[in-house]
Amino acid sequence: MNRRKAEEALFKTLMVGATMFVLGSLVLILGTVIWRGLPALNLAMLTQTPKGGYYLGKEGGILNAIVGSLYLAGGATGLALAMSLPIALYLQIYAARSRAAELARLALDVLWGVPSIVYGAFGFIIMLWLGIRASLMGGIIALALLELPIMTRGMEEAIAMVPFALKEASYALGATRLETALKVVVRQAMPGLLTAVLLAFGRGIGDAASVLFTAGYTDRLPDSLFSPAASLPLAVFFQLGTPFPAVQERAYAAALVLTVIVLALSLISRRLAGRLTEHVIR
Amino acid sequence: MEKTLVSIRFGQRGGFWNVSLSLNRGLKDRLTGHMTSVLTLGAALLVPLMGLALFLRARPILAISPVKELLLSTTWHPLEGAFGFYPFIVGTLWVTTVAMIIAVPPSLLTAVYLSEYAPSRVRALAKPLIDLLAGIPSVVYGVWGMLTVVPFVEKAVAPTLNRWLGFIPLFRADNPTGYGVLAGGLVLAVMVFPIIIAVAEEVIRAAPQGLREASLALGATRWQTVKHVVLRQTMPGVTAAVVLGFSRAFGETMAVLMVVGNVPRVPRSIFDPAYPLTALIANNYGEMLSIPSYDAALLGAALILLLVVLAFNTASRLVLVRLVRNESE
Amino acid sequence: MLETHIRIQDLNVWYGSHQALKGITADIPARGITAIIGPSGCGKSTLLKSLNRLLEEMDEVRMTGQILLNGEDIYRPDVDVTEVRTRIGLLAPKPFPLPMSIYENVAYGPRIHNRRNGGHMAPLVERHLLEAGLWEEVRDRLQAPASRLSTGQKQRLCLARALAVEPEVLLCDEPTSALDPISAQRIEAQLRDLKARMTIVVVTHLLRQAHRLADHVIFLWLGELVESGPAAQVFNAPSDERTRAYLAGDIG
Repeated sequence: MNRRKAEEALFKTLMVGATMFVLGSLVLILGTVIWRGLPALNLAMLTQTPKGGYYLGKEGGILNAIVGSLYLAGGATGLALAMSLPIALYLQIYAARSRAAELARLALDVLWGVPSIVYGAFGFIIMLWLGIRASLMGGIIALALLELPIMTRGMEEAIAMVPFALKEASYALGATRLETALKVVVRQAMPGLLTAVLLAFGRGIGDAASVLFTAGYTDRLPDSLFSPAASLPLAVFFQLGTPFPAVQERAYAAALVLTVIVLALSLISRRLAGRLTEHVIR
Repeated sequence: MEKTLVSIRFGQRGGFWNVSLSLNRGLKDRLTGHMTSVLTLGAALLVPLMGLALFLRARPILAISPVKELLLSTTWHPLEGAFGFYPFIVGTLWVTTVAMIIAVPPSLLTAVYLSEYAPSRVRALAKPLIDLLAGIPSVVYGVWGMLTVVPFVEKAVAPTLNRWLGFIPLFRADNPTGYGVLAGGLVLAVMVFPIIIAVAEEVIRAAPQGLREASLALGATRWQTVKHVVLRQTMPGVTAAVVLGFSRAFGETMAVLMVVGNVPRVPRSIFDPAYPLTALIANNYGEMLSIPSYDAALLGAALILLLVVLAFNTASRLVLVRLVRNESE
Repeated sequence: MLETHIRIQDLNVWYGSHQALKGITADIPARGITAIIGPSGCGKSTLLKSLNRLLEEMDEVRMTGQILLNGEDIYRPDVDVTEVRTRIGLLAPKPFPLPMSIYENVAYGPRIHNRRNGGHMAPLVERHLLEAGLWEEVRDRLQAPASRLSTGQKQRLCLARALAVEPEVLLCDEPTSALDPISAQRIEAQLRDLKARMTIVVVTHLLRQAHRLADHVIFLWLGELVESGPAAQVFNAPSDERTRAYLAGDIG
């Protein structure tokens, strides 16, 4: 009798401890990034490109990485959106509950788990094949592929939440599947769709391994789709590796900016999901 | 109820019904169906396509030496055309194994706590925070690893374990820097926490309430119910969660690369540096095209990663899909 | 005067802001079958689950009042809830065999209570499977997973599992609602056999089942206790107008 009680108490303590350990690691990570990043952050850091080379030059900021990352993730998210929304609609409206849809879903889930360095390697092969060099375009292609499963599955889930009765009502009024999808389902699922887009954007802007091969790195702001582009994650990675504290400062600043962007996206999408549901029939 | 609401909505958005009722509508509908199905097929074929592309680019390496030698040789001299992946494969396995040993117990305890014990308020607070952990970019984990984990291993863990357990080769600290298998494992462990917790929590919570009540009604304590009934029932799903975490750790690149030391030697102790496959690719992509066969070797490494992760992911996804199907029956 | 086994005193239960039970006071006599009847949603299952404290496993439940088992309040803070549930067993509406073999399902209760039975678990398992009327059908495949049984067999396995803890009270929540008529009949027969030595409380919305089984009846209507007493009295000479209407099929 007492042993049962003791075992219960022991495991409950362990569980609470484990949960606190997990949450504590989040605090520790954020704390470290803020502690080193905040002192490095100032207006010049955010508004200047590095002077004298990102790896060596001690002057300048990380504007190249901020702009590059926004271009990369923005372009990739746009490209991924153009593929994801039709796929999600196909899976939920045209092929709902079919064997094919189930297989496609499995393929997307597996795709989700593919390491980002493999996306980078694959993107690199595509670039060789297309004959383009490490550039904004190359990075966008690799990141778009990386974002594709995240966005599609997110959108699909949002669309699946649309009550069947709503679709039925639209069909009953004589609307085709396309009309139902665009005028009823998309509108109804809008908060979830936006959340999926933001989630994918956040994943894209934070990913380093896939742009390493494909986007290159430069001190300058990209001036065309086919010029190399810097990115925040690589700004962290490259500049942390230098022996110069002044350059490392830029890495810490980039890490903080990146973290803030990702956290803000996460908060906004959470808020959005709550806000937009006002106009949604439940 | 819902239908009335809908018709009111349509009334307000009268534009919808002004769509001309031409034959075009059906045609448009069918065309969209075809287009979206082609896109979906393309997305579904992306994984095999990746495998094929990597295989074709990696094939020249097979002309140099047979697969067995590539996987088991410890000699890595790209300039002399010697590509032995063994140290890198073993490096990946070391780091991933250490990460899983560290990550699995706390992750499962947290998952059980959140699904079975935590009051709904605590769960509502903790789950978004854990999701946040999943959203942190891997370079940020790397920064944290370099600034916090590496010094912690160097100054605290290595001296302590070396003093008390140094007679066991696994815990001998010959490498004083802190950069090594343990640092990589710790960082990876924290990275896979949210994956294992999220999937396991969902699987455990989906166990039928009646099953819990059946055990509780017999006078079992909550923990007995969890241990003997809930976990036994959800074992396949919990295993799938752990496997998903494993494959994430297996393929993680940047964070590991930044803390693991990157010495192409088979590690003997958890404090030794290692050189995982992912780090190999990321560190050397620059010279890829300037040394003969080097690109084939590195893309071959990417192929190995893809195949391993594919096998584990597909297996665990199939388990999870089947679970969902059983529950909906 | 009948010996009272469970006394329910001024029991109120709220789910959030909805009050599911309103000031229930009733006695459940020792041995025999007490049927709790009433239309669905009237609080029958809530009342039943408050008797073995399974109610508190749900979110947002609040309750006041007392439940006395042999004169002792089972809700007193120093009472061990697992002890209460050991003494008061439950047969749920839908059979949930535990994810283990038939044998282990029956042995589960004694094992978690560390009753090794002097190392003789097998005779105990056999005895309770016999009591539940399942022994003949499963004696050759005790090690098979319980999930392979038919629904009716599963419910009898759940009965054997509950009996193996040797409770003094057995609560049955619509015990035949998931079963075919033949299986239902078998469960009812087992309950009639058991009532000589334990107190059985059956929640049912089937009036005919109540007629067949009940020695005592508690009639609930919208969370209130309307009438309780010996079955013959409640069925033949109900004192409340609502009971009369319900029995006649006019309401509920």
